Amino acid sequence: MILLRLFYEFFKTGLFAVGGGLATLPFLSALADKTGWYTQSQLMDMLAVSESTPGPIGVNTATYVGFTVAGVPGAIVATLGLVCPSIIIILIVATILNAFRHNKYVESVFRCLRPASVALIAAAGLSVVLETFTPAAGAGFNWIGLALAGVLIVLTHWVPQTKKLHPIVWIGLSALAGILAGM
Amino acid sequence: MNQLLEMYLTFAKVGVMTFGGGYAMLPILQREVVENKHWATEEEIADYFAIGQCTPGVIAVNTATFIGKKYAGNLGGVVTTLGVVTPSIIIITLLAGLITNFADLPVVKSAFAGIRVCVCVLILNSVLKLWKSAVKDRLTLAIFAAVLACSVLFDWSPVVFVLAAGLLGVGLVLVSARKEGKQ
Repeated sequence: MILLRLFYEFFKTGLFAVGGGLATLPFLSALADKTGWYTQSQLMDMLAVSESTPGPIGVNTATYVGFTVAGVPGAIVATLGLVCPSIIIILIVATILNAFRHNKYVESVFRCLRPASVALIAAAGLSVVLETFTPAAGAGFNWIGLALAGVLIVLTHWVPQTKKLHPIVWIGLSALAGILAGM
Repeated sequence: MNQLLEMYLTFAKVGVMTFGGGYAMLPILQREVVENKHWATEEEIADYFAIGQCTPGVIAVNTATFIGKKYAGNLGGVVTTLGVVTPSIIIITLLAGLITNFADLPVVKSAFAGIRVCVCVLILNSVLKLWKSAVKDRLTLAIFAAVLACSVLFDWSPVVFVLAAGLLGVGLVLVSARKEGKQ
Protein backbone atom coordinates (compact mmCIF):
# COMPACT_ATOMS: atom_id res chain seq x y z
CA MET A 1 0.00 0.00 0.00
CA ILE A 2 2.80 2.37 0.87
CA LEU A 3 4.36 1.58 -2.54
CA LEU A 4 1.17 2.63 -4.31
CA ARG A 5 1.08 5.88 -2.33
CA LEU A 6 4.76 6.46 -3.10
CA PHE A 7 4.15 5.95 -6.82
CA TYR A 8 1.19 8.33 -6.72
CA GLU A 9 3.09 11.08 -4.87
CA PHE A 10 6.10 10.90 -7.20
CA PHE A 11 3.89 10.72 -10.28
CA LYS A 12 2.33 14.00 -9.10
CA THR A 13 5.79 15.50 -8.51
CA GLY A 14 6.95 14.45 -11.97
CA LEU A 15 3.79 15.91 -13.52
CA PHE A 16 3.94 19.33 -11.87
CA ALA A 17 7.67 20.04 -11.43
CA VAL A 18 8.55 22.06 -14.55
CA GLY A 19 12.12 23.18 -15.26
CA GLY A 20 14.51 20.47 -14.20
CA GLY A 21 15.54 18.37 -11.23
CA LEU A 22 15.73 21.05 -8.54
CA ALA A 23 12.12 22.02 -9.32
CA THR A 24 11.09 18.80 -7.55
CA LEU A 25 12.47 20.08 -4.22
CA PRO A 26 9.44 22.15 -3.09
CA PHE A 27 7.20 19.12 -3.75
CA LEU A 28 9.43 16.80 -1.72
CA SER A 29 9.54 19.33 1.10
CA ALA A 30 5.73 19.49 1.17
CA LEU A 31 5.57 15.70 1.04
CA ALA A 32 7.72 15.48 4.18
CA ASP A 33 5.29 17.74 6.08
CA LYS A 34 2.25 15.90 4.79
CA THR A 35 3.33 12.31 5.43
CA GLY A 36 6.05 12.43 8.09
CA TRP A 37 7.99 9.84 6.04
CA TYR A 38 11.20 11.86 6.54
CA THR A 39 12.22 15.18 8.11
CA GLN A 40 13.30 18.39 6.34
CA SER A 41 16.87 17.92 7.56
CA GLN A 42 16.88 14.34 6.23
CA LEU A 43 15.73 15.79 2.91
CA MET A 44 18.66 18.25 2.90
CA ASP A 45 21.08 15.34 3.53
CA MET A 46 19.47 13.34 0.72
CA LEU A 47 19.81 16.34 -1.61
CA ALA A 48 23.51 16.69 -0.71
CA VAL A 49 24.14 13.02 -1.56
CA SER A 50 22.09 13.36 -4.78
CA GLU A 51 24.26 16.28 -5.84
CA SER A 52 27.45 14.31 -5.10
CA THR A 53 26.62 11.11 -6.99
CA PRO A 54 26.29 10.44 -10.72
CA GLY A 55 22.90 10.89 -12.38
CA PRO A 56 20.30 13.64 -12.72
CA ILE A 57 19.67 15.28 -9.30
CA GLY A 58 15.87 14.98 -9.49
CA VAL A 59 16.11 11.25 -10.21
CA ASN A 60 18.69 10.67 -7.47
CA THR A 61 16.59 12.49 -4.88
CA ALA A 62 13.47 10.50 -5.81
CA THR A 63 15.42 7.24 -5.52
CA TYR A 64 16.82 8.25 -2.13
CA VAL A 65 13.46 9.34 -0.71
CA GLY A 66 11.87 6.12 -2.01
CA PHE A 67 14.63 4.05 -0.40
CA THR A 68 14.24 5.87 2.92
CA VAL A 69 10.49 5.25 2.93
CA ALA A 70 10.30 1.64 1.69
CA GLY A 71 13.73 0.14 0.91
CA VAL A 72 14.80 -1.05 -2.54
CA PRO A 73 11.21 -1.52 -3.86
CA GLY A 74 10.48 2.01 -2.68
CA ALA A 75 13.52 3.36 -4.55
CA ILE A 76 12.39 1.72 -7.79
CA VAL A 77 8.73 2.69 -7.44
CA ALA A 78 9.47 6.35 -6.59
CA THR A 79 11.84 6.71 -9.56
CA LEU A 80 9.39 5.12 -11.99
CA GLY A 81 6.61 7.33 -10.61
CA LEU A 82 8.74 10.43 -11.19
CA VAL A 83 9.62 9.61 -14.81
CA CYS A 84 6.22 8.23 -15.94
CA PRO A 85 4.56 11.62 -16.64
CA SER A 86 7.67 12.83 -18.55
CA ILE A 87 7.69 9.72 -20.73
CA ILE A 88 4.00 10.04 -21.58
CA ILE A 89 4.14 13.79 -22.26
CA ILE A 90 7.38 13.68 -24.29
CA LEU A 91 6.15 10.76 -26.40
CA ILE A 92 3.02 12.76 -27.25
CA VAL A 93 4.98 15.97 -27.97
CA ALA A 94 7.50 14.04 -30.11
CA THR A 95 4.72 12.36 -32.13
CA ILE A 96 3.11 15.72 -32.87
CA LEU A 97 6.48 17.27 -33.75
CA ASN A 98 7.44 14.46 -36.10
CA ALA A 99 4.17 14.89 -37.97
CA PHE A 100 4.79 18.63 -38.51
CA ARG A 101 8.59 18.59 -38.75
CA HIS A 102 8.69 20.12 -42.22
CA ASN A 103 5.88 22.58 -41.71
CA LYS A 104 7.23 26.11 -42.33
CA TYR A 105 5.81 27.39 -39.04
CA VAL A 106 7.47 24.60 -37.05
CA GLU A 107 10.78 25.16 -38.86
CA SER A 108 10.64 28.87 -38.12
CA VAL A 109 9.72 28.25 -34.46
CA PHE A 110 12.74 25.98 -34.01
CA ARG A 111 15.04 28.40 -35.79
CA CYS A 112 14.12 30.95 -33.08
CA LEU A 113 13.95 28.41 -30.24
CA ARG A 114 17.48 27.06 -30.73
CA PRO A 115 19.40 30.26 -29.90
CA ALA A 116 17.01 30.84 -26.96
CA SER A 117 17.71 27.32 -25.70
CA VAL A 118 21.49 27.79 -26.00
CA ALA A 119 21.22 31.14 -24.17
CA LEU A 120 19.29 29.48 -21.32
CA ILE A 121 21.96 26.78 -21.04
CA ALA A 122 24.66 29.49 -21.08
CA ALA A 123 22.84 31.40 -18.31
CA ALA A 124 22.53 28.24 -16.21
CA GLY A 125 26.23 27.57 -16.82
CA LEU A 126 27.02 31.12 -15.72
CA SER A 127 25.22 30.63 -12.40
CA VAL A 128 27.18 27.40 -11.85
CA VAL A 129 30.38 29.38 -12.55
CA LEU A 130 29.41 32.09 -10.05
CA GLU A 131 28.54 29.49 -7.41
CA THR A 132 31.84 27.69 -7.97
CA PHE A 133 34.17 30.68 -7.96
CA THR A 134 32.66 33.25 -5.60
CA PRO A 135 34.17 32.61 -2.16
CA ALA A 136 31.99 31.25 0.64
CA ALA A 137 31.86 33.32 3.84
CA GLY A 138 35.30 33.32 5.47
CA ALA A 139 37.04 31.69 2.50
CA GLY A 140 39.30 33.36 -0.07
CA PHE A 141 38.72 33.45 -3.82
CA ASN A 142 38.90 30.01 -5.43
CA TRP A 143 42.34 30.49 -7.09
CA ILE A 144 43.05 26.76 -7.27
CA GLY A 145 39.74 26.28 -9.04
CA LEU A 146 40.52 29.08 -11.48
CA ALA A 147 43.92 27.53 -12.25
CA LEU A 148 42.29 24.13 -12.81
CA ALA A 149 39.69 25.71 -15.11
CA GLY A 150 42.47 27.43 -17.09
CA VAL A 151 44.36 24.16 -17.54
CA LEU A 152 41.16 22.35 -18.60
CA ILE A 153 40.24 25.04 -21.14
CA VAL A 154 43.71 24.85 -22.74
CA LEU A 155 43.72 21.03 -22.80
CA THR A 156 40.19 20.71 -24.26
CA HIS A 157 40.63 23.40 -26.94
CA TRP A 158 44.19 23.82 -28.07
CA VAL A 159 46.18 20.66 -27.36
CA PRO A 160 45.58 18.31 -30.33
CA GLN A 161 46.56 15.17 -28.37
CA THR A 162 44.06 15.78 -25.56
CA LYS A 163 41.19 17.83 -26.98
CA LYS A 164 39.25 14.77 -28.22
CA LEU A 165 39.39 12.88 -24.90
CA HIS A 166 36.10 11.77 -23.37
CA PRO A 167 34.53 14.26 -20.89
CA ILE A 168 34.59 11.59 -18.15
CA VAL A 169 38.43 11.63 -18.31
CA TRP A 170 38.40 15.33 -17.37
CA ILE A 171 35.83 14.73 -14.62
CA GLY A 172 37.98 11.96 -13.14
CA LEU A 173 41.20 13.99 -13.34
CA SER A 174 39.49 17.03 -11.82
CA ALA A 175 38.18 14.94 -8.91
CA LEU A 176 41.73 13.74 -8.34
CA ALA A 177 43.08 17.30 -8.58
CA GLY A 178 40.45 18.39 -6.03
CA ILE A 179 41.53 15.68 -3.59
CA LEU A 180 45.28 16.31 -4.06
CA ALA A 181 44.91 20.09 -3.70
CA GLY A 182 42.53 19.72 -0.75
CA MET A 183 39.98 22.00 -2.46
CA MET B 1 16.22 -6.28 -29.70
CA ASN B 2 19.96 -5.71 -29.97
CA GLN B 3 19.28 -2.13 -30.93
CA LEU B 4 17.13 -1.52 -27.85
CA LEU B 5 19.78 -3.13 -25.65
CA GLU B 6 22.42 -0.88 -27.20
CA MET B 7 20.24 2.17 -26.51
CA TYR B 8 19.61 1.06 -22.93
CA LEU B 9 23.33 0.55 -22.26
CA THR B 10 24.34 3.83 -23.93
CA PHE B 11 21.92 5.83 -21.80
CA ALA B 12 22.93 3.94 -18.66
CA LYS B 13 26.48 5.04 -19.52
CA VAL B 14 25.29 8.64 -19.95
CA GLY B 15 23.53 8.41 -16.56
CA VAL B 16 26.58 7.08 -14.76
CA MET B 17 28.83 9.78 -16.25
CA THR B 18 26.53 12.70 -15.41
CA PHE B 19 27.86 14.52 -12.36
CA GLY B 20 25.94 17.54 -11.10
CA GLY B 21 22.50 17.63 -12.65
CA GLY B 22 20.84 17.86 -16.03
CA TYR B 23 23.11 20.44 -17.68
CA ALA B 24 26.20 18.37 -16.81
CA MET B 25 24.67 15.63 -18.95
CA LEU B 26 25.00 17.81 -22.05
CA PRO B 27 28.74 17.22 -22.77
CA ILE B 28 28.30 13.46 -22.23
CA LEU B 29 25.24 13.36 -24.53
CA GLN B 30 27.11 15.27 -27.23
CA ARG B 31 29.98 12.80 -27.09
CA GLU B 32 28.03 9.53 -26.79
CA VAL B 33 24.84 10.24 -28.72
CA VAL B 34 25.82 12.87 -31.30
CA GLU B 35 29.47 12.06 -32.04
CA ASN B 36 29.73 8.32 -31.32
CA LYS B 37 26.30 6.91 -32.18
CA HIS B 38 24.90 9.63 -34.51
CA TRP B 39 21.44 9.16 -33.00
CA ALA B 40 20.81 12.93 -32.92
CA THR B 41 22.32 16.17 -34.26
CA GLU B 42 23.53 19.20 -32.28
CA GLU B 43 20.42 21.06 -33.51
CA GLU B 44 18.13 18.36 -32.17
CA ILE B 45 19.86 18.40 -28.78
CA ALA B 46 19.22 22.18 -28.56
CA ASP B 47 15.56 21.59 -29.56
CA TYR B 48 15.09 18.85 -26.95
CA PHE B 49 16.59 20.98 -24.19
CA ALA B 50 14.26 23.87 -25.15
CA ILE B 51 11.19 21.62 -24.99
CA GLY B 52 12.50 19.81 -21.89
CA GLN B 53 12.65 23.15 -20.05
CA CYS B 54 8.93 23.76 -20.43
CA THR B 55 7.52 20.28 -20.11
CA PRO B 56 7.21 18.69 -16.66
CA GLY B 57 9.94 16.46 -15.29
CA VAL B 58 13.71 16.22 -15.15
CA ILE B 59 15.33 17.75 -18.28
CA ALA B 60 17.87 14.94 -18.60
CA VAL B 61 15.06 12.37 -18.58
CA ASN B 62 12.99 14.33 -21.10
CA THR B 63 15.95 14.54 -23.48
CA ALA B 64 16.60 10.80 -23.16
CA THR B 65 12.94 10.03 -23.95
CA PHE B 66 13.06 12.31 -27.02
CA ILE B 67 16.16 10.67 -28.49
CA GLY B 68 14.87 7.14 -27.83
CA LYS B 69 11.51 7.93 -29.43
CA LYS B 70 13.13 9.52 -32.48
CA TYR B 71 15.43 6.57 -33.03
CA ALA B 72 13.25 3.58 -32.10
CA GLY B 73 9.65 4.70 -31.50
CA ASN B 74 7.70 4.68 -28.23
CA LEU B 75 9.47 1.60 -26.89
CA GLY B 76 12.79 3.31 -27.60
CA GLY B 77 11.66 6.31 -25.53
CA VAL B 78 10.85 4.06 -22.59
CA VAL B 79 14.09 2.08 -22.91
CA THR B 80 16.41 5.13 -23.00
CA THR B 81 14.61 6.63 -20.00
CA LEU B 82 14.98 3.43 -17.98
CA GLY B 83 18.64 3.35 -19.06
CA VAL B 84 19.36 6.87 -17.82
CA VAL B 85 17.78 6.26 -14.37
CA THR B 86 19.20 2.76 -13.74
CA PRO B 87 22.63 3.93 -12.44
CA SER B 88 20.91 6.36 -10.03
CA ILE B 89 18.79 3.58 -8.55
CA ILE B 90 21.78 1.26 -8.07
CA ILE B 91 24.26 3.87 -6.79
CA ILE B 92 21.89 5.66 -4.41
CA THR B 93 20.53 2.39 -3.01
CA LEU B 94 24.06 1.10 -2.34
CA LEU B 95 25.21 4.39 -0.80
CA ALA B 96 22.09 4.88 1.29
CA GLY B 97 22.49 1.39 2.66
CA LEU B 98 26.22 1.73 3.41
CA ILE B 99 27.30 5.28 4.22
CA THR B 100 24.77 7.81 5.41
CA ASN B 101 27.22 10.70 5.74
CA PHE B 102 28.68 10.23 2.22
CA ALA B 103 28.33 13.89 1.27
CA ASP B 104 30.14 15.03 4.45
CA LEU B 105 33.31 12.98 3.89
CA PRO B 106 36.24 15.41 3.34
CA VAL B 107 37.57 13.39 0.40
CA VAL B 108 34.14 13.50 -1.31
CA LYS B 109 33.89 17.26 -0.71
CA SER B 110 37.35 17.86 -2.24
CA ALA B 111 36.65 15.60 -5.22
CA PHE B 112 33.41 17.45 -5.92
CA ALA B 113 35.06 20.86 -5.62
CA GLY B 114 37.32 19.69 -8.47
CA ILE B 115 34.42 18.16 -10.44
CA ARG B 116 32.38 21.38 -10.18
CA VAL B 117 35.21 23.35 -11.83
CA CYS B 118 35.40 20.71 -14.55
CA VAL B 119 31.63 20.81 -15.13
CA CYS B 120 31.86 24.61 -15.64
CA VAL B 121 34.46 24.13 -18.37
CA LEU B 122 32.57 21.22 -19.99
CA ILE B 123 29.33 23.22 -20.09
CA LEU B 124 31.22 26.14 -21.64
CA ASN B 125 32.55 23.78 -24.34
CA SER B 126 29.04 22.38 -24.92
CA VAL B 127 27.57 25.84 -25.29
CA LEU B 128 30.24 26.72 -27.88
CA LYS B 129 29.34 23.60 -29.90
CA LEU B 130 25.60 24.26 -29.70
CA TRP B 131 26.20 27.92 -30.54
CA LYS B 132 27.66 26.92 -33.91
CA SER B 133 24.53 25.00 -34.83
CA ALA B 134 22.02 27.51 -33.44
CA VAL B 135 23.42 31.01 -34.06
CA LYS B 136 23.79 31.40 -37.79
CA ASP B 137 22.70 34.94 -38.69
CA ARG B 138 21.84 38.35 -37.19
CA LEU B 139 18.36 37.29 -36.12
CA THR B 140 19.50 34.21 -34.19
CA LEU B 141 22.40 36.20 -32.67
CA ALA B 142 19.92 38.85 -31.47
CA ILE B 143 17.68 36.18 -29.92
CA PHE B 144 20.66 34.58 -28.17
CA ALA B 145 21.87 37.92 -26.77
CA ALA B 146 18.40 39.03 -25.66
CA VAL B 147 17.57 35.76 -23.88
CA LEU B 148 21.00 35.55 -22.22
CA ALA B 149 20.80 39.16 -20.98
CA CYS B 150 17.21 38.86 -19.71
CA SER B 151 17.74 35.53 -17.98
CA VAL B 152 20.85 36.86 -16.19
CA LEU B 153 19.17 40.17 -15.21
CA PHE B 154 15.65 38.97 -14.36
CA ASP B 155 14.39 35.98 -12.45
CA TRP B 156 11.97 34.84 -15.17
CA SER B 157 10.99 31.25 -15.80
CA PRO B 158 12.64 29.61 -18.85
CA VAL B 159 9.09 28.92 -20.07
CA VAL B 160 8.67 32.66 -20.76
CA PHE B 161 11.70 32.74 -23.06
CA VAL B 162 10.80 29.55 -24.88
CA LEU B 163 7.24 30.74 -25.49
CA ALA B 164 8.43 34.19 -26.64
CA ALA B 165 10.97 32.68 -29.06
CA GLY B 166 8.31 30.30 -30.39
CA LEU B 167 5.83 33.14 -30.97
CA LEU B 168 8.53 35.13 -32.75
CA GLY B 169 9.07 32.14 -35.04
CA VAL B 170 5.36 32.04 -35.93
CA GLY B 171 5.27 35.83 -36.34
CA LEU B 172 8.17 35.81 -38.80
CA VAL B 173 6.38 33.36 -41.10
CA LEU B 174 3.18 35.44 -40.95
CA VAL B 175 5.06 38.66 -41.77
CA SER B 176 6.92 37.15 -44.71
CA ALA B 177 3.69 35.59 -46.02
CA ARG B 178 2.04 39.03 -45.90
CA LYS B 179 4.95 40.61 -47.76
CA GLU B 180 4.69 37.97 -50.47
CA GLY B 181 0.95 38.53 -50.71
CA LYS B 182 1.45 42.26 -51.35
CA GLN B 183 3.94 41.74 -54.17
